[in-house]
Amino acid sequence: MGASKVIHAFYNDDEILLDAVKAVKAEHHHIEEVFCPFPVHGLDKAMGLEPTRLAIASFMFGVTGLAVAIWMTNYMMIQDWPQDIGGKPSFSWFENMPAFVPVMFELTVFFAAHLMVITFYMRSRIWPFKKAENPDPRTTDDHFLMEIPVAEGDEKKLTALLEKTGAVEINIVDKH
Amino acid sequence: MSHYEAPIREPLVLGDKTYHDITEDIAKPIEGKANKNWYIAFYISLAAMLWGFGCIFYTIGTGIGVWGLSKNIGWAWDITNFVWWVGIGHAGTLISAVLLLFRQKWRMAINRSAEAMTIFAVFQAGLFPIIHMGRPWNGYWVLPIPNTYGSLWVNFNSPLLWDVFAISTYLSVSLVFWWTGLLPDFAMIRDRAVKPFQKKIYSLISFGWSGRAKDWQRFEEVSLVLAGLATPLVLSVHTIVSFDFATSVNPGWHSTIFPPYFVAGAIFSGFAMVQTLLGIMRKVTNLEAYITRLHIEYMNIVIILTGGIVAVAYATEFFIAWYTGSPYEYYTYLSVGAATGPYWWAFYSLLLFNIAIPQLLWIKKIRRSFVWSFIISIAINIGMWFERFDIIAIVLSKGHLPSTWWRFEPTFVDVGIFIGTIGFFFVLFLLYARTFPVIAQAEVKTILKSSGEFYKIRRDEQGIPTKPEIKVKKAKGKSTKKDKE
Repeated sequence: MGASKVIHAFYNDDEILLDAVKAVKAEHHHIEEVFCPFPVHGLDKAMGLEPTRLAIASFMFGVTGLAVAIWMTNYMMIQDWPQDIGGKPSFSWFENMPAFVPVMFELTVFFAAHLMVITFYMRSRIWPFKKAENPDPRTTDDHFLMEIPVAEGDEKKLTALLEKTGAVEINIVDKH
Repeated sequence: MSHYEAPIREPLVLGDKTYHDITEDIAKPIEGKANKNWYIAFYISLAAMLWGFGCIFYTIGTGIGVWGLSKNIGWAWDITNFVWWVGIGHAGTLISAVLLLFRQKWRMAINRSAEAMTIFAVFQAGLFPIIHMGRPWNGYWVLPIPNTYGSLWVNFNSPLLWDVFAISTYLSVSLVFWWTGLLPDFAMIRDRAVKPFQKKIYSLISFGWSGRAKDWQRFEEVSLVLAGLATPLVLSVHTIVSFDFATSVNPGWHSTIFPPYFVAGAIFSGFAMVQTLLGIMRKVTNLEAYITRLHIEYMNIVIILTGGIVAVAYATEFFIAWYTGSPYEYYTYLSVGAATGPYWWAFYSLLLFNIAIPQLLWIKKIRRSFVWSFIISIAINIGMWFERFDIIAIVLSKGHLPSTWWRFEPTFVDVGIFIGTIGFFFVLFLLYARTFPVIAQAEVKTILKSSGEFYKIRRDEQGIPTKPEIKVKKAKGKSTKKDKE
């Protein structure tokens, strides 16, 4: 379903792009995607993107890491092979806990950081050997590209609107 | 979106750069050919590295006895070098994480190289404990894995094991932080590349980064959260390194001020190494417009601050050692005994290089001078090495029993391995400077309008807004082309 044609509108300034996104949104057009060479602040809000929940995920990964560290120190030092090291016997996890704080902290950070980044890579579909999907190489240099699906017959109106917002190049592209 | 920044702030990007100019400037060192100086530096570093590797093989093949150790001084140069390299590895993540949380825009010109330096320095640091094991093929014994001889586990009470966790977490998180930041910049190189092989490599390492609005939203969130995680991580790493000493019962080591003092010292030495590297790199890669006098000055201010903390810590250690009146404290590394004993030269080198010389940075002219900053940064690198040497060798040379007093002399193997790690470090850094975008260009583009010289002058003096006027062109012939998708 959806339009088989998309309009690729190029912009060469972040402030013009942001106004253009707002203008296109105000005309109730659906913006499929915007490709940027660098982060443009406020663009996600203007496009109506939901806030990302990666930070929440990271917090939960961190809690997992902490739990793993508690389980690991308890199992290895207290349960499985308790030893008397330097006159400090391993009878209870709680009493030996101060010595485990560094490891608990490091594992919390380790889990929170790595699993969050892996989640980010999976969600944004980026990994080694992945083919880039930006439609034009200029979008990693100094051009911004707005991709708008367009219905048959609507091209003229939309092109005029995009030109008014300052697009420097407009292409109509078949997409399937 | 407003690109306003107070006019009183100095610009961070000099000249009338456009977004495309930034792309060109950052891509140039990668796309161009290396000059003669690069090759000279590279071959010298490579020779040093190979010499160091030879010494490492000699050590492993023959045994730790080829070092200048004895039963009293069980670790000296190796642990000195370990702590020195870990300390150097502190500036990178500090710059990218702490300065990101504080919204310091000047970090953007230097964070990439500082993080590269961090990772390469931690590599060198990691070598020393592994070599010092004597049987490095058993190195995996430090990991909490079950073994075939019974359920004997690692000892989680030991600061040496904390180190294993701290250093490996720090290295891996720094690496991921660095690489994630590199993705958009690798993608920029990929999209410009004309040689097929180059295109292939940069496609591979840019992970197919496309720069969608959603990707950028996630990218910024991930950077922020990673910065939040890395900030306590940076502080924890050298804290835990200092525990190696502070949890022991040696006078001079058993000291509660070690953690904060080591962290300050690590930042001090890390920034010094960044100064050393960037002072040269901005010249050879023609990035003077991005790494400016202002960046140098800001780093020097951090050096004055952390150097001051270190100086206060030295004074405290010296005073308390003297004030206790304890004969054991008489021979610690900061004591009258150290100043007048056989290691007096190491004692005074520490004070000269780490405390006296950095005070020159109070003078604004010196603080903003590239040459002076470079010279002072070298002095600090030397001074911080002496700090660790003093802590380790001086303290161990005067044990509890005077009959065991002994003086450490390094052998050529000790020296060779140290020189080898310096060579290895520079080999990695030189290769990095030729193949990686050495400045986070995507990030610099976001501050161009607020902190670029051209835009600042236009906005503040001529009142021209940063947003250009829209020129509506006549509708031209619509081109229809097949999308590859």
